Amino acid sequence: MTHDNNRNDKIGRREFLKRLGLGTAAVGGLTLAGCASRESAQSAEGTETGPIPKGKMTYRENPKTGEKVSLLGYGCMRWPTVAGGSARDGEEEIDQEMVNSLVDEAIEHGVNYFDTSPAYCKGKSEHATGIALSRHPRDSYYIATKLSNFAPETWSREASLEMYRNSLRELQTDHIDYMLLHGIGMGDDGMETLHARYLDNGVLDFLMAEREAGRIRNLGFSYHGDIKVFDYLLANHDKYKWDFVQIQLNYLDWKHARELNPRNTDAEYLYGELEKRGIPAVIMEPLLGGRLSNVPDHIVARLKQREPEKSVASWAFRYAGSHPGVLTVLSGMTYREHLEDNLRSFCPLKPLTPEETQFLYETADLMVEYPTVACNDCKYCMPCPYGLDIPGIFVHYNKCVNEGNVAESAEAENYREARRAFLVGYDRAVPKLRQASHCIGCRQCVEHCPQGIDIPGELARIDRYVESLKQHA
Amino acid sequence: MQPKAIFIPNLTNINSNRLMLRKIRVTLAILSIVMVTLLFVDFTGTAQRYLGWMAKIQFLPALLALNVGVIVLLVAMTLLLGRVYCSVICPLGIMQDAFGWLGKKAKKNRYTHSRALTWLRLTMLAVMAVSIAAGLGIIVALLAPYSAYGRIAQGILAPAWDGINNLLASFAEHYGSYAFYTVDVWLRGGLTLGVAIATLVILGVLAFRGGRTYCNTICPVGTVLGYLSKYSIMRPVIDTEKCINCGLCSRNCKASCIDVREHAIDYTRCVACMDCIGKCSKGAISYRSRLGSRSEKPVAAAVDGGRRTFVVTALATAGAAGLKAAEKKVDGGLAVIEDKKKPVRKTKIVPPGALGIRNLESHCTSCQLCVSACPNGVLRPSTDPESLMQPESSYERGYCRPECTRCSHVCPTGAIRPISREEKSSVQIGHAVWVKANCVPLTDGVECGNCARHCPAGAIQMVAVDPADPASLHIPVVNTERCIGCGACENLCPARPFSAIYVEGNETHRTI
Repeated sequence: MTHDNNRNDKIGRREFLKRLGLGTAAVGGLTLAGCASRESAQSAEGTETGPIPKGKMTYRENPKTGEKVSLLGYGCMRWPTVAGGSARDGEEEIDQEMVNSLVDEAIEHGVNYFDTSPAYCKGKSEHATGIALSRHPRDSYYIATKLSNFAPETWSREASLEMYRNSLRELQTDHIDYMLLHGIGMGDDGMETLHARYLDNGVLDFLMAEREAGRIRNLGFSYHGDIKVFDYLLANHDKYKWDFVQIQLNYLDWKHARELNPRNTDAEYLYGELEKRGIPAVIMEPLLGGRLSNVPDHIVARLKQREPEKSVASWAFRYAGSHPGVLTVLSGMTYREHLEDNLRSFCPLKPLTPEETQFLYETADLMVEYPTVACNDCKYCMPCPYGLDIPGIFVHYNKCVNEGNVAESAEAENYREARRAFLVGYDRAVPKLRQASHCIGCRQCVEHCPQGIDIPGELARIDRYVESLKQHA
Repeated sequence: MQPKAIFIPNLTNINSNRLMLRKIRVTLAILSIVMVTLLFVDFTGTAQRYLGWMAKIQFLPALLALNVGVIVLLVAMTLLLGRVYCSVICPLGIMQDAFGWLGKKAKKNRYTHSRALTWLRLTMLAVMAVSIAAGLGIIVALLAPYSAYGRIAQGILAPAWDGINNLLASFAEHYGSYAFYTVDVWLRGGLTLGVAIATLVILGVLAFRGGRTYCNTICPVGTVLGYLSKYSIMRPVIDTEKCINCGLCSRNCKASCIDVREHAIDYTRCVACMDCIGKCSKGAISYRSRLGSRSEKPVAAAVDGGRRTFVVTALATAGAAGLKAAEKKVDGGLAVIEDKKKPVRKTKIVPPGALGIRNLESHCTSCQLCVSACPNGVLRPSTDPESLMQPESSYERGYCRPECTRCSHVCPTGAIRPISREEKSSVQIGHAVWVKANCVPLTDGVECGNCARHCPAGAIQMVAVDPADPASLHIPVVNTERCIGCGACENLCPARPFSAIYVEGNETHRTI
């Protein structure tokens, strides 16, 4: 070990000298360099690549059951496939071996909350999650799943109950720890949809009875969209006794959600309403589908300047976790690197100082000035009946915005390169027949978008931009 | 004898290095065919910008375009130097030389002198003249040498070029570079490709076996320039005092025009390739001026008996080859998109600058340069019998985009005249027609308006289908006075396979 240390020391010193360009450094310089290198060799903990501490996970207490829930929850919406992508993107099978290995590593480091749904990964998430979890003792983790009866043909009581029973089968269990009404507030008319999906057909009464029977240990709902529905369900808290509520919370949505889209509600309000009633919050989209990790270059510089050894994403996770009323923060971790980076953020959580929180709000202010589309690539809008690849178009556009390849005008300094990168990259990312120019504005997608994006409007905006690029070489 | 030409003493020096003239010819020829080929295969528009003149100096296109300057220059060049046009400018001639070169690799000294088929040459010239006058585009197209090469380059070489490019593009994509981008490879016209393949095979075989057979029997340009070069100042001459009648020159003459027994060269057939000069081991042949050498009057070509017969068939009868462009695969969460089909147009569409169907048909020699240049997948060779292989527009794969005027700038014959972007925006090449039965608001019950949104002329408005109810679904109405026929509406219409709005061509283009 000492030998190794010495070797590291030497390499570190040489590296350090090389970096400083001190090939002919004096003795004093060497001494200095020696100190610095010893420090860098030993302070791996907490950096982006060092080992992850075990037994350091931060837990929050469920006020009803008193159980300790890990602050990092595993979102099972983006399991990896054998092709190396996320299971939501392609037709490939889920890489079960990799899922098992990720789940093992997560549990090993203290993660005990796994959030899935019958709708995730084209309906295959529960099955894969069930396989991975059943390899561990049932009392070492909590399962969260949802009653995802989005399609009108599943609105009947029979179909909804069958969906619930199937979840138990797929997850290889006789009880669900955390059961959610899925995505209330979505649909053309949020209240009407709520009635159709859960109230008029007696499904919510059934779920409450299941809670009484102990087969559902906690009952809650996840919310997107129409604030009337959120307010209605909380106003009837005495009747429903929500054990938890899942909301979208991140430093961008805290104050800017409504500003970015009038259909949405600021997380500050949502969280405040839950806190008032003492209902624990489960956080989804802490990273906005990766948009708070894949940010414009100057934002990267700003965040990295403060914490050069922390990832950009870690800021978003620390932000979400720093709210005391949060039970767990969900992250859909496809890759081991994501899992490990997040484990570093939560083992243990280093809460944001008020100054750091303010710094993030200022960062958010800078970010909203960027014309990215608020798409999280969740693909709920797909398939478009007219064949468009809606998220593909938005992802490409956002990528170009973040990389500085969306030129303000034809006179801009980098116009030629930006134009080429945008147009060539566009054809690569999205086949011509699936590009924005083919959007007819039928608006069938709009009600499916959890972010409430005016999809046809944004596509038309991007199309106008593409058209101007094509016309001005 | 008076040995030296006083007018151009330098050339005698060159003659002293007997191989130099041939080297110059070969160098120029390779340069020339590479440039012309680039013109056809480059899809970025760069080659067309810098090398467009290569098409414009071709004889027949210049004649049809009434490009007096080029014609005068080519005639003057021929009267001065002989048929060098056929050796260094005409791409079809150079292509045949390549096959001939291969033929000579296979068998040395393979040619023999033959009798000129004057009757055939003059007949073909007459056929060409009548066809041009009568507007028989297909005959003109088949006989035009540059166009024949153009069809080969566009139909056979360009897809190969595109394939290599696409391979590079996939590498570039892998490395995150934007240096190369993928282009669609698609069959623009089966019959035209068939003609190109047949031309390549027939000319390839003829040239492999007999050199410039085609140029000296069928090609009307060769005939015209041949009879001009009979009077050219410079030409190769056999020095009877040095000649030992070995026949080496004749057996290496791809034009079969050297009669060794008579020491005569048929200058109507000689393409000034300079091969014989280098081949003659005695230095008996030199390229020299007739003005400086009075004593040495070359014997006029004797019309003697030839053995070779020549089959003039099959150029137009080649079968279409089945080469289908690969379509994109459909991914999981994506709806299937049906391919668009070409609507039946009463009047075909020809691109802006063509002035109208008549002007295009009377000038076009079907060289496919415009088809090669079109970056939007609009132009393709026609399959109509009366305008076979001439370009026409259709909008299944793209539309005539407002910023593009490439075809008008590359056309060497004046079939498509140069036009500016601004002019293009006001030329009506056709007008949009609505097909009620296909319109998506009526068939699917959803709002659309994609045609109106993309009309660059603002010619389409969306109106409520029920005049009494402004909230009812909207359908497009076309203001024909403003429509320029660009096809944006047709191409971007969601109705498939047949669009709910399509363009009918205007027989004569008008300006708004």
